[in-house]
Amino acid sequence: MTDKGIGARVLRVEDARFITGRGHYVDDINRWGQLYAYFLRSPEAHADIARLDVSKAKAAPGVVEVLTGAEVKADGLGGMPVGWGITCKDKSMSIEPPYPILAQDRVRFVGELVAVVVAESKAAARDAAELIEVEYKSLPAITSTADAMKPNAPQLWPQAPKNMCFDWEIGDKAATEAALAKSHHVTRLEIVNQRLIPNAMEPRAAIAEFEPGTGQLTLYCTSQAPHAARLLLGAFILNQPEHKFRVVSPDVGGGFGSKIYPYAEYAVLCWAARRLKAAIKWTAERSESFVSDAHGRDHVTVAELGLDKDGKFTALRVNTIANLGAYLSAFAPLIPTYLYATLLAGQYTTPAIYADVQAVFTNTTPVDAYRGAGRPEATYVLERIVEVAAREIGMDPAELRRRNFIAPNAFPYQTPVALVYDSGNYAAALDKAMKLADYAGFPKRREEAKKRGKLRGIGISTPIEATGAAPSAIAGQLGARAGLFESAEVRFNPTGSVTVFLGSHNHGQGHATTFAQIVATTLGVPFENVEVVEGDTGNTQFGMGTYGSRTLSVGGSALYRACEKIIDKGKKIAAHLLEASEGDIEFENGVFKVAGTDRSKTIAEIAFAAYVPHDFPHDRLDPGLNEQAYFDPTNFNFPYGAYVCEVEVDPQTGETEIVNFTAVDDVGTIINPMIVHGQIEGGIVQGIGQAMTEQAVYGDSGQLLTGSFMDYTMPRADNVPFIVSDFTVTPCPDNPLGVKGCGEIGTIGAPPAVINALTDAIGVRDIAMPATPQRIWMALQQSGARQAA
Amino acid sequence: MVKLALKVNGKAVSAEVDDRTLLVQLLREHLRLTGTHVGCDTSQCGACVVHVDGKAVKSCTMFAAQANGSEVLTIEGLATGDKLHPVQIAFREHHGLQCGFCTPGMIMTAVDMIGRYDGKLDEQTVRHELEGNICRCTGYHNIVKAILAAAGEMSGARKVA
Repeated sequence: MTDKGIGARVLRVEDARFITGRGHYVDDINRWGQLYAYFLRSPEAHADIARLDVSKAKAAPGVVEVLTGAEVKADGLGGMPVGWGITCKDKSMSIEPPYPILAQDRVRFVGELVAVVVAESKAAARDAAELIEVEYKSLPAITSTADAMKPNAPQLWPQAPKNMCFDWEIGDKAATEAALAKSHHVTRLEIVNQRLIPNAMEPRAAIAEFEPGTGQLTLYCTSQAPHAARLLLGAFILNQPEHKFRVVSPDVGGGFGSKIYPYAEYAVLCWAARRLKAAIKWTAERSESFVSDAHGRDHVTVAELGLDKDGKFTALRVNTIANLGAYLSAFAPLIPTYLYATLLAGQYTTPAIYADVQAVFTNTTPVDAYRGAGRPEATYVLERIVEVAAREIGMDPAELRRRNFIAPNAFPYQTPVALVYDSGNYAAALDKAMKLADYAGFPKRREEAKKRGKLRGIGISTPIEATGAAPSAIAGQLGARAGLFESAEVRFNPTGSVTVFLGSHNHGQGHATTFAQIVATTLGVPFENVEVVEGDTGNTQFGMGTYGSRTLSVGGSALYRACEKIIDKGKKIAAHLLEASEGDIEFENGVFKVAGTDRSKTIAEIAFAAYVPHDFPHDRLDPGLNEQAYFDPTNFNFPYGAYVCEVEVDPQTGETEIVNFTAVDDVGTIINPMIVHGQIEGGIVQGIGQAMTEQAVYGDSGQLLTGSFMDYTMPRADNVPFIVSDFTVTPCPDNPLGVKGCGEIGTIGAPPAVINALTDAIGVRDIAMPATPQRIWMALQQSGARQAA
Repeated sequence: MVKLALKVNGKAVSAEVDDRTLLVQLLREHLRLTGTHVGCDTSQCGACVVHVDGKAVKSCTMFAAQANGSEVLTIEGLATGDKLHPVQIAFREHHGLQCGFCTPGMIMTAVDMIGRYDGKLDEQTVRHELEGNICRCTGYHNIVKAILAAAGEMSGARKVA
C-alpha cells in the first residue's frame, strides 16, 4: 500500500517550480524572432465607426502590419461561435448575432477589438496604435439589466427586439401559481446578483506561430480547454484544419471560468501569424482584462416562496432578467438557464417550481461562466428567500431548513427542475456546521458584542450544486453543440514509470498531484514514478477541459477506466509469463499473482516484459502497456454544504468583520484533503468578495467605471478570516471513485451566508451586494430613522 | 536609452535599455528571469515584488534606471543552490499556493516582513502586511499560515544558533 495514494495529504509536485519562480506561463514563453501585437479597443460603448485610418500607424517605426475588420471580412473569417442554443417558450431559438473578431462598422461595448498593430517590439506596437485615426459616431447605450427590455431602451440588434436573446422557462407554471395562491404565507424578494469580474491573477496571453514549411499553426494561450479552443478557432473562425493546428496551454495563473473559451484576440493573432508567416505574442494589460475577459453573474430577479402553516415550502416562482453583454460568449446562454434554474430546488422538497429567464443584450462586456456559473445566482435567490421567510414567520432559519430538507433515504431524488440528485445527508452537514460554529452560543456572543457597541449577526446557507458536466446525451438535448466526456491515457514506460495524459487542464487545482495519487492507489505504481501531462493538443487525446468542477469526477473516472484496462492487459501478460490462465490472475497493490500460489510479477516487471516481448504469442497478445479511456458520465453529481457565517458590525462606520466562517462540505470521496480544503477556502473568499467588496459598475454612457484594481475591490488578506472547513463524506454512486466536484461550492454557498449574517446583525430585511461599509451604514441610518420616526 | 550596471541575485549585470523600461521588464525580458510576474497595471497586486537593496519593492512601479547601482534579489535568487529558503518550504508544506502566479511576489513580501518584524508576527500583522499582495486562488488562508510558520521557524532557528 502507498502512503501517497487516495485520501492522503500529499504535498504538491507542482510547487517545486512555482516557489522557485520557474513556472512556465504563456508570457514566460518566447519564440525566436517573435513580433508583438497591440490591440486598439473601442473607447465607446455603442458607436458606428465612421472612419478608420491606419495608414500612419502602418508607417510607424518597427511596425510590420496593422489589421482591421475590413481585412477580416475580405479573408472570409468566421465569427466567434456559440456553443449552446436555447429553445424559447415559443419554440423559437435564442438569437445569435454575428460576433466578428475585429469590429465591423459598429462597436457595441467598451473594449471591443477594433484593430491590431503587429510590430517588432511591444513599445513600437503601442506607440503606433496611438497613430490610428478613428472617428466614432456615438449611439445611445444601454447597460442596465433591468431596463434593457423597456420600450425606450437603445436597441443593439435588429433581430433581437427588446434586446432579448431568449425567453426561456422551466418547471410547472400552472402548478406553481396554484400552489402559491393557496399558500399560508408567501415571501417575496427582489434580488440583484451583481456583475463580477473574474480577475485571475495572470492576465490572458497568447503567442501564435505559423510555420510556412509545414503549414502548422501553433497557439500558446491561457486556456482551460485547449482542445475545445483548437476546434472552435480552427473550424469555426480560421478555417485551419485541426491536424495542422496545435494549441498549448502551459502553466496558467488561474481561470475561474474566464479562460474556458477562445477569445477574439487569439483568433486575430492566429490569423495575423498565418498571414505574416511569423510568431506574434500578446499579453493583456490588466485594464484590458477588465474590459475583455468575460464577466460573471449580472441577474435581476424576483422570487416568491410559498409556505404552509407548518413552514413546509409549497412552491417557488422565480423570474430573472440575465444580462449577456453585447455579444454572446461561447457558453453564455447556458449559464442563466440550465446551470441556474435547475438548482432552484436546493436541498429542499419544494414540490412545485417555475422559473423563467429573459436574457438581454446590453452595451457591456460579454458575460459567461465565472466560478459557480449560474449556481451562485440560484443559491443566492434560494438561501436568501428561505432566510427572509424564516424571519417573517418567526421560525429559526436552521429549523425551517431542516423541515424542508430532502431525506437521506430519498435518493436518487427527482427535483421539479430536471435534475436527479445522487446522494446526500443534508441535516447531518447542517448539524455538524452548527456545532462547529457554536451556533447555540451565539446569543451570548451577541450580547457581549453589544456591550462593546458592536452589532453581531449570524447567518446560514445550505448550498447544493451540480458538477461533473456532463452526460453528453442530456447536454445535447438541452442545446449543447459539443459532447462533455473526458479522456485519459495511461502510458507505461519500459522501466515501469508512468506518463498520464489527461484531456483536462490544470490552472491551480493540483492535478499533477491528485491524479498521480489515483494511479498510485489503483495501479500500485510509486507516486514519484507517475507524471501527469495536460494542456498540449500535440500530445494529448481530445478532452473537453477543466471547468464546472468536472475534472475529478469525469476525468478521474476516465483515468480509473484506463487503469482498469491496464490491469486487464497486465493480467494477460502475467498469465503468459506465469504460465497460468488469465482467470487465475489476481491483481493487488501493484502485484499480479497466480491465485493460491506465491508466483507473482510486479507491475513494473509486466511493463518491461510488454516492451521486450520476445516470446509473446503475437497472434493473441500485443506488446505494449498503454491504454486510453473516455468517460461520459451518466449524471451530474451534487456536492452540498452547510455554511455558518458570523459577523460583527461597527455601527459608527459600517465596517464589518467576519469573525467566523464555518463550512461543512460534502464532496464525496476526498482524494487529497489538503487540496480540497484549499479549493473550499479559496472559493469561499471569492464568495465573500461578491458579498462584501466586488462589483463591476458601468456608467450611463457605458464606460466601465471599475476598470482597475483601484476601483474594483478584490478581497485582500486583511478582509477575510481563517475559514473553518470540515467535511462529511457521502460517496457519489455514479462514478468509480465516488467523488464530486469541490472547486466552486465555496463561491456558491458563501454570499448568502454572509448577507444573512449581515442583515441579522443590523436588523434589516435585505441589503444589496456588495454590502460595503457605506451601504451597511446607510441601511443602519435608514432603519434607525424609521425606528425613531 | 540608458546604460545600467547593477547586481541581480548576486551577479553583476549590465544592460542598455529604453528609458521607460520598468525594472520588471528588465528582469523578465532582458535577463530572462521570468519568476517575477506582472499581474496588474496599477501597482495593486504585488505579483512583481522583488527586493532592491534589501527592501521589498514593486518592480512594476520603478524604472530599471532607478535600480542602477543597486542590488536586486528576485525569487530565483532566494534559494541557496538546492537549499530552499524556509519561506519557500513553508509555502509548499502549508499549501500556500494553487496556480502559483502570485506566489513569487507573496514569498518576497513574506521574507521582507519576517525580516522587518524579526520573525515576531501574529495573524493580524501578517494580514495587514499582505495588503499589497492579491491572491485569487487561496483565499489567503494557507498563505497566512505559511508565513506564520516560516516566521516561527526562522526566529526559532535564530534562537538556537
